[in-house]
Amino acid sequence: MERDKSWLIKIGLAACGIAAGGRKVYEALSTQLQNKGLDMKLKRTGCMGMCYNEVLVEVSSPQNGRTFYGRVTPEKVDRIINEHLIGGKPVTEWIIPDKEINSFLAKQKRIVLRNCGVIDPESIDDYLAADGYKAIDKVLRSMSPQEVISEVTNSGLRGRGGAGFPTGIKWGFARKSPGRQKYIICNADEGDPGAFMDRSVLESDPHSVIEGMLIAGYAVGASEGYIYVRAEYPFAVQRLEVALAQARKAGFIGNSILGYDFDFNIKIRQGAGAFVCGEETALIMSLEGRRGMPRFRPPFPAQSGLWGKPTTINNVETLANIPWIIRHGAETYNKYGTEKSRGTKVFALAGKIARGGLIEVPMGITLREIVFDIGGGTSTGLEFKAIQIGGPSGGVIPASLADTPIDYESVTNTGAIMGSGGLIVMDASSCMIDIAKFFLNFTQAESCGKCTFCRIGTLRMLEVLQRITEGNGKEGDIELLEELALNVKRASLCGLGQTAPNPVLTTIRYFRDEYEAHIYEKKCPAKKCHALITYEVIPEKCPGCGLCVKYCPTGAISGEKKKPYVIDNEKCIRCGLCMKVCRLDAISVH
Amino acid sequence: MVIEANDKEKPSFARIDAIVHKHNVEPGAVISILQEIQDTFGYIPPVAIQRIANNINTPASEIFGIVTFYARFRLQPQGKNLIKVCHGTACHLGGAEMVAERLAQVTGAKEGETSQDNVFTVERVACLGCCSLAPCIMLNSEAYGRLTPEAIDKIVTQIRKKEVPTSVG
Repeated sequence: MERDKSWLIKIGLAACGIAAGGRKVYEALSTQLQNKGLDMKLKRTGCMGMCYNEVLVEVSSPQNGRTFYGRVTPEKVDRIINEHLIGGKPVTEWIIPDKEINSFLAKQKRIVLRNCGVIDPESIDDYLAADGYKAIDKVLRSMSPQEVISEVTNSGLRGRGGAGFPTGIKWGFARKSPGRQKYIICNADEGDPGAFMDRSVLESDPHSVIEGMLIAGYAVGASEGYIYVRAEYPFAVQRLEVALAQARKAGFIGNSILGYDFDFNIKIRQGAGAFVCGEETALIMSLEGRRGMPRFRPPFPAQSGLWGKPTTINNVETLANIPWIIRHGAETYNKYGTEKSRGTKVFALAGKIARGGLIEVPMGITLREIVFDIGGGTSTGLEFKAIQIGGPSGGVIPASLADTPIDYESVTNTGAIMGSGGLIVMDASSCMIDIAKFFLNFTQAESCGKCTFCRIGTLRMLEVLQRITEGNGKEGDIELLEELALNVKRASLCGLGQTAPNPVLTTIRYFRDEYEAHIYEKKCPAKKCHALITYEVIPEKCPGCGLCVKYCPTGAISGEKKKPYVIDNEKCIRCGLCMKVCRLDAISVH
Repeated sequence: MVIEANDKEKPSFARIDAIVHKHNVEPGAVISILQEIQDTFGYIPPVAIQRIANNINTPASEIFGIVTFYARFRLQPQGKNLIKVCHGTACHLGGAEMVAERLAQVTGAKEGETSQDNVFTVERVACLGCCSLAPCIMLNSEAYGRLTPEAIDKIVTQIRKKEVPTSVG
């Protein structure tokens, strides 16, 4: 069957794809192709970016072009194979329309994500076929370490972990530091809740990060590298291990790499669940086998880092940019972006967004373009209210500032920070005090406890937020929060404490009226805060099916079958399970 | 659906020593040692702390300090199946509390607890990174997304069917 062979079937199997049931779809595809005696190529790939449509299957052939199927289940596989791959007619009701794909991709520029969803992450041959390891070859063959540093400096690349320090300059510091033994650390301790850029890159294109580390090692004169990965990413660790073994076998890692006078080895270290270890000095402590507590800088890691040796720490996304920059040149890279923020940025777009996923956009794009053109607006149909950028260190930017361009300086001017790339879209049903409390709760728990203001100040702030959401807010609470916030920022040693108050400060700045509604009117406008809302059955809509009774954890719902039920407000804990399971929308919240 | 239960070994000095010696070839190995101890036994047994301390010549208090600093280490035995409930931002907005509530009902274990029959340990985690599929959980090493109360029931029932309850002890 000659025609069969031209079909290529790709399935996205990063953690998101697997969480959506991708392995079962892969098995179904593989078994059915075999059963039907079809000799077609089935390929596993990484994150295709359109996470909202997982499980994603791409079907392509030179004659027929590409077709994407979204939300594929094992049950759908049979028809896709029979009608499309054998019959030549796509199953139109399941394909993702071209228009949707185009609007999702039109404003994106994929540099970091160049191979994500394209190659098989567990195949070094695929990476090589996509010009992989050509950059390290070019560097070793024709560039001096100083030339590599200049190239990266000229590209304008800034650290993508959040702080935005120019990468080339950082490398230059470590190069100049005296000492024979130097280290490269890849910071893959992606701890911001709501961020999954680094996970996706590691799971979809691990070799690009390894190649970036090799180039960094050559540039600063290091012979050893560590990848510090979060414990919550077992799958990323697994793919990295496969990639490292392949690279070692192919001679890209080890001694005399590609026959040149350059040795470099890489080890993986897993974190153990401490957010503060994303901070570079804490990360080093953790690598040294200690409690991950930040220390005062200077000395900076470039002078005295791991085991007291000069150390360069770069984030995953930063490193994944490097091979592309070397291959295409600094001039090509810095054409993208704005004057001070060059290139692209990867964002994890999530929350109440219609088309959430992994996106990469040129710096300078506006939030509005991201939310509406790429993301397709809110998923609920409710009004777009705000966007949270930068995770627990960042802030909330209101819809009224949606035309803010994404670059380090403009985002900082709003009171938020660029951060590592989490973008959480919020609609009219999201309570701003609740979200501020959510982030502060996180940073408070993750504070290492070294600085008094971070340890106790954040707790006092959290208590104030707690009483506001419980309906016990007092006059002066907003001012108290502002005062505490300022002190915590000023008196904390590391980025965790210095930025922890940002979510509170930005929500006060842009949504003061919402704080006031909680404090003075004892109302939660978004109907989220448990103490300020009640659930009620709408008698006209309730058929008395009893489903909500089955799910209510406290036995607060009672009544006779086939007659409207009643919720006992004394027993109700406002968990909302009843509303979630009711198929007739017969439960309302006030 | 393939769900593999975590059947863990009973702690023994021989096993602890073997793990220590495997990692202790380079400095700073304490965290790697503790990670493998936990992967092997399901938790960090108190006897292991003293044993590691003797082996690598570090005060037990320092090792205890490391164990309690990092959220991943647990000093209590774990149930046969570990459920991590994601409380990331997207899951928070998407109903993580609802998920935790329902899980507590059907497994009998609230976050931070192990069920009476030792089948489940439920834990709260910051973010699993599957934000587009919120709300989500991780069961052993597999993530499950787009959860509804019904979907949670299904997942838990499937494990219960496979597990013959064992007494705690």
